[in-house]
Amino acid sequence: MNKQYIMDLLKKGKRADNRGLEDYREITVEYGISPKNAEGSARVKIGETEVVCGVKFEVGTPFPDKPDEGTIMVNAELSPLSSPDFETGPPRIDSIELARVVDRGIRESKCLDFKKLCIKEGEKVWMVYIDLYSINNGGNLFDAASLVALAALKDAKLPKYDEKSEKIVYEEKLKTGLHLNELPVEVTVCKVGETFFVDPNFDEEDAVDARLTVAVLEDGRIAALQKGNIVALTPEEIDHMVEMAQKISSSLRLKL
Amino acid sequence: MISYKKRTDGRRFDELREMDAKVGVIPRANGSAMFKNGKSLAIAAVYGPREMNPAFMRNPKKATLRVYYNMMAFSGSGERVRPGPSRRSKEINLVMEKAFEPVLDLVEFPNTAVDVFVELIQTDAGTRCAAINAAALALADAGINMKEMISAIAVGKVYDKICVDLTKEEEDMEAVDIPIAMTSNSGKITLLQMDGVLSREDLKEIMKQARDATLKVLELQKKALMEKYGGQQNE
Repeated sequence: MNKQYIMDLLKKGKRADNRGLEDYREITVEYGISPKNAEGSARVKIGETEVVCGVKFEVGTPFPDKPDEGTIMVNAELSPLSSPDFETGPPRIDSIELARVVDRGIRESKCLDFKKLCIKEGEKVWMVYIDLYSINNGGNLFDAASLVALAALKDAKLPKYDEKSEKIVYEEKLKTGLHLNELPVEVTVCKVGETFFVDPNFDEEDAVDARLTVAVLEDGRIAALQKGNIVALTPEEIDHMVEMAQKISSSLRLKL
Repeated sequence: MISYKKRTDGRRFDELREMDAKVGVIPRANGSAMFKNGKSLAIAAVYGPREMNPAFMRNPKKATLRVYYNMMAFSGSGERVRPGPSRRSKEINLVMEKAFEPVLDLVEFPNTAVDVFVELIQTDAGTRCAAINAAALALADAGINMKEMISAIAVGKVYDKICVDLTKEEEDMEAVDIPIAMTSNSGKITLLQMDGVLSREDLKEIMKQARDATLKVLELQKKALMEKYGGQQNE
């Protein structure tokens, strides 16, 4: 669709698909999409946008400054299968930013109790690998990726760890899940002209002047921020965008 | 010599696992499909014919088919699979390209590329066959000219019995595994690999059983295409 047309519409506060400025497309969350080998997995669709996520556990040594805490690692692959614009090869900056923004929401909200991931202080802790893959890029991969990462963590069950052989028995999943004491939902607010809106579809995303991703906690506090794109924002605008994110976040959290 | 009396999942020796297929699962792609073979799940997307880069790779006589097979980091049993290409995945790309080249008619679009991306969401053996079956559907969905359909299945031998469509559990026993891709009409073989040791008689029997099995795969592929295209599709 014509970029200028979409920009002109948005500047008038309207959208090509007739959605309101604070409306998401239809959101679906599916758990356990790869149950055989992943310890946790999920799929999120926001309109045509689709992202899948899997969780794998490994055992490693803790960081010296946090000897009794497990670790997480978030990796995002913008799969060339999901868009004609994504290429094969090592992760490019877009996928690194996506992974780091999702990581920050989870890490800074302290939604996972990292101390509970300790097996033996100073020696052995659980390392939680969270791998994200875009399946279809129809815009707003940030919010979809954040949501699906939380869903996969909710779905995850620890595998058995055999102390004697010091090996993980992947075939035996325990009943113990990862207790999430928060759901740090990320909402990306976009700006075109003087219009603020959420959940850009693919064409809208191309027209966006500035975006702000806000990780919102259940009590409304914010846990992570990321400003993107090239247009500068005033403090008042940022405050307005955060307020929008706070307001909209609870409806996303209900999907989990 | 141990005799394999009953398959671990209760199937007959010539019985395939439950399969599922769907065409048009990735709206942004020119063609796409998913193929599920037991617990192995592949999704494929086709982009092209499109500009081929780097330019020196362009073929002035026809489009170039490029296949990329990838296991998602969480898709394998045991430890996480490190993202990025491996020697194994690169070889699979190569043999998959060769599996399709005999049936693709790419002369209409010289100097371009037809890219096929396959992601494995979950694996339980037979993944390159699931990948081929999904890719074949995605190529058809993208409207790439194909002289014949391609269908693939792994047939092998577990201890003393020839078995169709092995699971990972069976592969991990004393097993021979032979992935085979076949053309739909003429029953010619376009992909053949093998791990293990076999007699010539066994191989003959395996190729015979592979034909029967791939015809069942073909039936499902046709059904999946019909679901999207209804009467429009001329097989």
